[in-house]
Amino acid sequence: MTDPSEPGRAWVFGDDIDTDQITPSRFIVSSDPDELATHAFEDLRPEFSENVDSGDFVVAGENFGSGSSREHSPLSLVGAGVAGVVAQSFARIFFRNAINLGLPVLICPEAGIIDDGDEICMNLGEGVVYNHTTGETYNAEALPEFLQTLVEQGGLKAYTKAKLAGRESD
Amino acid sequence: MTGKTFSEKLLSAKAGEDVRAGAYVEAAVDVAMAHDITGPLAFETFYEVTGEDATLFAPDRTVLTIDHHAPADGVEAANNHNALRRFAAEHGAHQFEVGDGICHAVLVEEGFVGPGDLVVGADSHSTTYGGIGAFGTGVGSSDLGTALATGELWFRVPETIRFEVNGDLPDGVYAKDLVLKFIGDVGFAGCTYETAEYAGSAIESLPIHERLVLANMAIEMGGKAGYVEPDDRTAEYLERQTGRAVDIDPSLRSDDDATYDEVHTYRAADLAPQVSKPSNPENAVDVTEVEGTEIDQLFVGTCTNGRYEDIKLVADVLEGEELAPNVRMVVVPASGSVYRHMLKTGVFETLTDAGAVIQSAGCGPCAGYHQGVLGDGDVCLATANRNFAGREGSMDSHVYLASPATVGASALYGEITDPRRIETKRYDDTILAEVEA
Ligand code: SF4
Repeated sequence: MTDPSEPGRAWVFGDDIDTDQITPSRFIVSSDPDELATHAFEDLRPEFSENVDSGDFVVAGENFGSGSSREHSPLSLVGAGVAGVVAQSFARIFFRNAINLGLPVLICPEAGIIDDGDEICMNLGEGVVYNHTTGETYNAEALPEFLQTLVEQGGLKAYTKAKLAGRESD
Repeated sequence: MTGKTFSEKLLSAKAGEDVRAGAYVEAAVDVAMAHDITGPLAFETFYEVTGEDATLFAPDRTVLTIDHHAPADGVEAANNHNALRRFAAEHGAHQFEVGDGICHAVLVEEGFVGPGDLVVGADSHSTTYGGIGAFGTGVGSSDLGTALATGELWFRVPETIRFEVNGDLPDGVYAKDLVLKFIGDVGFAGCTYETAEYAGSAIESLPIHERLVLANMAIEMGGKAGYVEPDDRTAEYLERQTGRAVDIDPSLRSDDDATYDEVHTYRAADLAPQVSKPSNPENAVDVTEVEGTEIDQLFVGTCTNGRYEDIKLVADVLEGEELAPNVRMVVVPASGSVYRHMLKTGVFETLTDAGAVIQSAGCGPCAGYHQGVLGDGDVCLATANRNFAGREGSMDSHVYLASPATVGASALYGEITDPRRIETKRYDDTILAEVEA
């Protein structure tokens, strides 16, 4: 996974970007992150998948990832090497899926100030987003302790593996 | 300390600790569901976390459905179906076949969920189960894969928004109209992370098939779950449907002094049939505002309004009539049993005589995969739950959402039509019993 504390380019999207816009239905017969990455935002912003670099960030307005429960949407961003997603708010299942996949997500009310192409990075522990282009710092909501544990352990799978291993040794 | 909501009580019980909204818990899951799109990814997670000697937490409470691309509309879909079949055979999970129907219809009809169950489905409309008093919520494939392995999952205990409707519903106003109205009022994200609880005398008077509509569309306002308190009607419905006696725990309900995040109160008599305009369910308006909008396609089906009672309402309108010459109609029953009921009672014939096309049970064109996808410029009036740009096909198509009664009336005139212009019935749950008798 890419390091969200390293600066990367911000790809800025608006409000209510739903999962159909992140990963159009017709492509989600595949569950392969690399394959999904080639279609990320295909109808909305076709240049994204061609030009996104590993370590870049997705920045969005309110209610990012609304719509279906498809994990293909955050997975396509993992496949594209996206280092993190900053949004003013997230739809619940997208937020959950991202945490479970170990994709860093921060809720940041000031995300709207970030311009497309700005260089940004995140500090997850402190709940802060830095804008290297403008020199600004934005406060974000720190993740609740339980979710921090999940992310620190590398996502839900790693967490569960450790849990199951613990059960066996009980 | 004030009382507790249903969601707080249920998650406390399943987590084995006394919690309130906002807490994070790991809770024991009763039923887990995945379908042909989300299943394969969930299986990968399942194997990854369990390793070699993988066993399901509860094979008899694991349900896999083939509904989204059913029958297979391409090789990849067919391969996904086979992956589901193999997984079910290997681990002893319940698996439903092509034509058996949509997950959310099947789980209720076949008795896999009941009041007080914690149900996780790898599908966002898993909120549907709240219509019979379960806590149903949609999760991703990683969530589901780990739940299949451990029988547990993490949850944030949600706050609750209460929608209360009192009085008798006017003619032409159904559960679909109520929920579109609620979504329009609180907005597409108005219930995010929260439970939408539906109550009041108008809700209590609703048959189960309509309560399921309310719970189903909780997700269209961002809800984590939808909930209607189960009652005798729920028990009777489930016993009739599934042949099993149902126990409803009388303490597992929201206390009268529970704390709600918001309470929205309506007088039933003030409500009118609703239509959600493209391209967001929150664009709900009184039908009179969009009357006369020309339509190309009518779509009757989905986990929201593809039940027998819904399709029968449309057939009633079209009995002895023909579709307006400018429209086509695609009907997709929500389940195989709905399909068979339609054949048995003549609903099938009425619809085909009127010029409709009837597809095998499943999701149909709801998510734009097959069986009636929209082309550039097409306008569709659907009994579905979502109308995002491109949802049912072309990015340049336009989907309006409405109740089956509104869709039926509009089929006659070829334009969006107020269902109050014609006579529409309201079916209670006994109509199914009559069909089966
Ligand atoms: S009918 Fe539509 S909304 Fe319901 S499960 Fe199928 S695709 Fe999803």
